[in-house]
Amino acid sequence: MSNSNNETNERVLKISVLRSDPNIEGYKPHVETFEVVEAPGMTLFIALNDIREFSDNSLKFDFVCRAGICGSCSMLINGKPGLACRTLTKNMDEHIMLAPLPLFELIGDLSIYTGKWMDGMSERLETWIHTKEEKEIDIKRIEEKMEPSLADEIYETDRCIECGCCVAGCGTILMRENFVGAVGMNKVARYLIDPRDKRTDEEYYELVGDEDGVFGCMSLLGCEDVCPKELSLQSKIAYLRRKMVEMRNK
Amino acid sequence: MKITYTDALVIGGGLAGLRAATGIKQRGHDVILLSLVPPKRSHSAAAQGGMQASLGNTIKGDGDNEDVHFEDTVKGSDWGADQDVVRMFVNTAPKAIRELAAWGVPWTRVTRGDRQVVINAEKVTITESDEAHGLINARDFGGTKKWRTCYTSDGTGHSMLFAMDNKAHEEKIEVRERMEAMSLIHENGRCYGAVARNLMTGELVAYIAKTTTIATGGYGRIYAISTNAVICQGMGQAIALETGVATLGNMEAIQFHPTAIVPVGILTTEGCRGDGGILRDVDGYRFMPDYEPEKKELASRDVVSRRMTEHIRKGKGVKSRYGDHLWLDITILGRAHIEKNLREVKEICESFLGIDPAVDWIPVRPTQHYSMGGIRTDHRGESRTLKGLFSCGEAACWDMHGFNRLGGNSVAETVVSGMLCAEFISDYCDSPESNIDISTQTISKFINAEQEKLENFLKPKENGEQAYMLRHAMENIMMEKVGIFRNGDDLQKAVDELKALLVRSKNIVVKTQSLAANPELFNAYRVQRMLKLALCTAKGALARTESRGAHSREDFPQRDDQNWLKRTLATWMNEDDIEPTLSYEDLDIKSMELPPGFRGYGKDMTNHHEDTQSRTDEVEEIREKMTQEGKSRFEIQNALMSYCDKLPPVYQGKNERLTERFDEQ
Repeated sequence: MSNSNNETNERVLKISVLRSDPNIEGYKPHVETFEVVEAPGMTLFIALNDIREFSDNSLKFDFVCRAGICGSCSMLINGKPGLACRTLTKNMDEHIMLAPLPLFELIGDLSIYTGKWMDGMSERLETWIHTKEEKEIDIKRIEEKMEPSLADEIYETDRCIECGCCVAGCGTILMRENFVGAVGMNKVARYLIDPRDKRTDEEYYELVGDEDGVFGCMSLLGCEDVCPKELSLQSKIAYLRRKMVEMRNK
Repeated sequence: MKITYTDALVIGGGLAGLRAATGIKQRGHDVILLSLVPPKRSHSAAAQGGMQASLGNTIKGDGDNEDVHFEDTVKGSDWGADQDVVRMFVNTAPKAIRELAAWGVPWTRVTRGDRQVVINAEKVTITESDEAHGLINARDFGGTKKWRTCYTSDGTGHSMLFAMDNKAHEEKIEVRERMEAMSLIHENGRCYGAVARNLMTGELVAYIAKTTTIATGGYGRIYAISTNAVICQGMGQAIALETGVATLGNMEAIQFHPTAIVPVGILTTEGCRGDGGILRDVDGYRFMPDYEPEKKELASRDVVSRRMTEHIRKGKGVKSRYGDHLWLDITILGRAHIEKNLREVKEICESFLGIDPAVDWIPVRPTQHYSMGGIRTDHRGESRTLKGLFSCGEAACWDMHGFNRLGGNSVAETVVSGMLCAEFISDYCDSPESNIDISTQTISKFINAEQEKLENFLKPKENGEQAYMLRHAMENIMMEKVGIFRNGDDLQKAVDELKALLVRSKNIVVKTQSLAANPELFNAYRVQRMLKLALCTAKGALARTESRGAHSREDFPQRDDQNWLKRTLATWMNEDDIEPTLSYEDLDIKSMELPPGFRGYGKDMTNHHEDTQSRTDEVEEIREKMTQEGKSRFEIQNALMSYCDKLPPVYQGKNERLTERFDEQ
């Protein structure tokens, strides 16, 4: 332990990790359990680094901001997708089970390649502002106005950190591997309400008006249950579905 | 041997790197961007507070313009900044923010009519104009005369980074994720690209390019307690340093942010104080007005951090098992404001402290936050000593922040420097001198050297060193001896101890026998490099026998313009050296638009330079004469320090404001 202290009733956490290393031929995935003396305010970020620094230098996991804003450290925590950095150990049983987030390419141990999946989703849904104007905007002039409440509403949908928890918590994706997931549908909703994006409803329909988009969702809503940013994914999916049904019936 | 050729290589996928790559691609050049992590995970996302740009839309920003932003930034830097660069920056920042608005950032907008805000712990009503309704809003930040910090609710950096990365997707920028640049390929003073390592498979690839741009952020993680993301280990600066040709500037200029939470060091934004939050001590007493009657909690960051440390030293800190801290009180802002504009702070308090900031005070202390120093470049972002090597954003020292950066100027700098660098890089790529003629023999020499180093770590060694242990030792030395207050004895000890650690680091052993995804391996080589950066920082701080901005020497409390109005340059001359070689670059007062003066905090103890008075008189004379002649502020500025020609033509020109409409001129 790096920060040993004088508290008498310290718990010894037993942290079990599903280990694997696809780079080593013949490496058999297995569960390994590490003991960590709990410290006040300990998060899984602190505990896992403790293990790596003092017990096993080879343990693979991903942290960047360690403050719940970058989405790197999503993993299965006692079977449920979540951000490890924001998980306080004091709220948990002393035996904690950790495994990599499923559905994404595995790099090893708790480290996964979410970037590849998210890039694919971004390219497929073209998650950027489509201006369709020949003329470039003049950045020397005063910016275009936007209703303050609309700007706030766009930001609400823009808060997604692409951690992949909703994808890992999705029932539909198990049956339809090309399903865009809540992350994708939330993005489409984000651009749909943004007046700066000039795509037509027909164009949006092309993107998500099918079984791999809004009409594939079984509405199990595991996505909303596990979203660490507490985005209202259910309402976004419902909004998109209404919009797409309107389109289909036109 | 795997070699990839491109026009421009960009290392780092945060705001600066993405903006540079996008601009280069738009100019028609091929670009490849290497990033340690998916770009959207970069540390830029952590900027909660905002981006400074003198739009002047809100009533509290009325009268703001480039001149005011320039003066705030130069004063904030304690006159260490390059004033040409600051001028280029303040003139481009409004353009940058308007471009981002078009690219999708949902900036918080001004609402017409009355609005209640907290100023100096009191509720005040301000009234926004009809014509400002729907334009980009701004909040108050430390060290600024006007409310200039534009923001997106509580997630400015996040929304900027996502918009920028989405733009990069639109432009089809080739991004190579989980790739770490290991060394720069260079010969005869010319940079040709980099050897990079795939962090998933371990494969080494040489990227050969006409230009190489380092945009890897700061080196805050050489300190034990830092607000920086864990990847901010300064590897960009380190590989530049290891060329022995490129130089690092002002590495001792390290900023400590006043309000990171205890113990983990996660930042609570300056927006807390900008929006009206105050600091309290163990007795619940608001102490900042005693030290800084005028600016109080909104003095410059370096000043607030020192005052807090002083107050803790007087025994007024709150004791905790992690050391003493103070309180940040935002309860007076009210729950509605906190849950909307400071939600990230609320989430951090709930998740990491288990408290409710609408009711409870937040335990805070000054924590390492920002690296003013970095790869020394000219105003175009190119190294002055290694041709073809560019740098922008926090990684660089071009040098816009001098010895202290203002809050809100960092994300603004990332985007502005990326915009400007992209043009200069593209100009260079367009010119015949960018042609490269490097033999595959030279390339393989660089790849083989890296391969050999990596394999060497895995070999069994007698008394092999543990990289993590060396790293902890380094982090603690930096924290204890190269911190907020510094003195000669401690700094000398720090240099000696760091040198000893560097020698020991040559014998690091890696037990995990894998050259692929192996955290023990990357930690090993990074620790060696971080130690070199730590030595540049400590040695620069030891040599600088004055106090300027964030560099505060207890044994030399004066700012000494006569002897120290200069930039520190660090070079690692030979691979086997165990410390950097320092040299200096003078700042020329005679060409300054704003000659050195008093920053306005505490007592003026400056030892002025002999040129200061004459230049001050000269500036005043020109200003007075031209004002009488009815010249515009632009004409006066141009007469004092002409800089416009330095900007790329596409970004030259004025910025429109409500009070400066183009059609009225």
